[in-house]
Amino acid sequence: MSRFETAFAKGPALVCFITAGDGDTAANLDALVEAGADVIELGMPFTDPMADGPAIQEANLRSLAKGTRTADIFRMAREFRARHPETPLVLMGYANSMVARGTEWFGDECAKAGVDGVICVDIPPEEDAELGPALRAAGVSLIRLATPTTDAARLPAVLEGSSGFLYYVSVAGITGTQQAAQASIEEMVGKLKAASSIPVAVGFGVRTPEQAAAIAAVADGVVVGSALVDLVKQHGDDAPGPLRELTAALAQAVHAARRV
Amino acid sequence: MTAQPLPNSLRSLPDENGHFGQFGGRYVAETLMPLILDLEKEYRRAQDDPAFWAEFDDLMKDFVGRPSPLYHAPRMTEHFRGLAPAGKGPKIYFKREELNHTGAHKINNCIGQILLAMRMGKTKIIAETGAGQHGVATATVAARFGLPCTIFMGATDVERQKPNVFRMKLLGAEVVPVTSGAMTLKDAMNDALRHWVANVHDTFYIIGTAAGPHPYPELVRDFQSIIGKETREQIMEKEGRLPDMLVAAVGGGSNAIGLFHPFLDDPDVAMTGIEAAGHGIETGKHAASLAGGKPGILHGNKTYLLQDEDGQITEAHSISAGLDYPGLGPEHSWLYESGRVNYVPITDDQALEAFQLCCSLEGIIPALESAHALAALPQLTAAMDADKLLVVNVSGRGDKDIFTVAEALGVEL
Repeated sequence: MSRFETAFAKGPALVCFITAGDGDTAANLDALVEAGADVIELGMPFTDPMADGPAIQEANLRSLAKGTRTADIFRMAREFRARHPETPLVLMGYANSMVARGTEWFGDECAKAGVDGVICVDIPPEEDAELGPALRAAGVSLIRLATPTTDAARLPAVLEGSSGFLYYVSVAGITGTQQAAQASIEEMVGKLKAASSIPVAVGFGVRTPEQAAAIAAVADGVVVGSALVDLVKQHGDDAPGPLRELTAALAQAVHAARRV
Repeated sequence: MTAQPLPNSLRSLPDENGHFGQFGGRYVAETLMPLILDLEKEYRRAQDDPAFWAEFDDLMKDFVGRPSPLYHAPRMTEHFRGLAPAGKGPKIYFKREELNHTGAHKINNCIGQILLAMRMGKTKIIAETGAGQHGVATATVAARFGLPCTIFMGATDVERQKPNVFRMKLLGAEVVPVTSGAMTLKDAMNDALRHWVANVHDTFYIIGTAAGPHPYPELVRDFQSIIGKETREQIMEKEGRLPDMLVAAVGGGSNAIGLFHPFLDDPDVAMTGIEAAGHGIETGKHAASLAGGKPGILHGNKTYLLQDEDGQITEAHSISAGLDYPGLGPEHSWLYESGRVNYVPITDDQALEAFQLCCSLEGIIPALESAHALAALPQLTAAMDADKLLVVNVSGRGDKDIFTVAEALGVEL
């Protein structure tokens, strides 16, 4: 079984996002895993994060201002993999940081660092040739995004070549702004799960254990990002404590759905 | 540069997926994809609809004031003949886009796009702007068609382009100062995209140049091609033959592609695109994506970009706010690699000199963007025989730039 399969086999999973190079990344990642995060998304900072709201935009700029390079991100990933052999690790970011040295290079580096999957915000299925083949050749999952605007006609294209899990972006908008109505999440997750056998995780605008519990009741995973990134902003190098606290509460809420 | 097979016609691109060779494409978030596909479908229908083009032509004539003149610039011609070796120095024509309503070529594209927005039933308009020219043109067409309009503009640009901010407000637009990044054009485009992704259901994004995700580079080019089509007719009427050289400045590249495209299949018409070299390519403070960048992906398309080895986008610099962008339209990247168009960098200082020369010799105050194109004339005219014809696109008027120029020349207003 892949790390994704093992993680999602336990029931609804908590997927936690932080930006690489923002704060003490290694300590922050350890806090997330120790507090119950089942899957880690590590954001690759980019100068122009077009799909992100203010929280993650600022995290990108803080990280880049500290001089974070792509090589540093792969080093963080390798070290994470050595410390946490079981937890799936996903790199999330924008196309230009992934294609800059060639996608074969990127796919190989992911594989060598123990990265399980990649989410690229601005490569839709129509441009799959840019990244998908190189990742698949390297044995790295390409995790696609489905959105409220993804209609039945497009869904097969989105699912084709997707693996690991499917990320349902529950809001037509940017990260960390508003949350979708629970009814709309339920309806869309139902459609996605009917069309695909891979797990469906739901994100965008999820901040509290209560929201996470409601989503975990209908989906295979809950993604939390901006709320965690806010804590890194607020607490800087002292973020592991507050991150551990919020993650534990979120994990409890999400994992409670496993007993049902 | 790798040689690549060329299609039978250089005017047949993009392909059905929006690619110009390896460039172009649709690199957008999934949320936007359905809308981009809808826009393409609607544009295909409009392309085949004579009523769409009849309305476009009518507005071009009576609202924009087209056709813009093709003007023989006698004193510039004589000036450069005087500097050139004996027998050299072509006859210089200006394509007078600066005489259009709102003072630049930008309005051509805005008219076309707002007609598409109306066809698609969209009720709100957004746009990004750098110097404010595209913002003013967008606010103008939004007022003309009665649609509410929001313009995203970097906070730095809001501060240094106050007259245009006021113009947009007079025209009824809301101007949103963007405080992310360097607070200039690139950041304005990021925030326009962020707003769009949250409002796709009712909002049409009027992109200001021949860049962005397919079909924008194609449709902006098609609307701007009125420049080249008119030039072709006008030069045939005046000279009975096609020009030997076309010259235009390239920021995103819409005025250049509009002039060039109708001539791409005429092998005897040479073309020069002018990139902004800022303080000089070697200083790193420039906006010359071809001379100083490499292919990458940003703002929905694959094209040449200013970036570092990790693919982080680097800040552009140009005295001309309209050229101050770290990329250019994908078709230019393709024309560059195919060798059909020659691209030349021009520095801030060269542009300033040409700006003043045009004012004093022809009585025309050109935009700083257009001054970059004019600044290539010493080099280009010295190598062309006196019986050749050269057309330079004066894409905008320079009234907006007088404060910048005064500051650069050390004049206090």
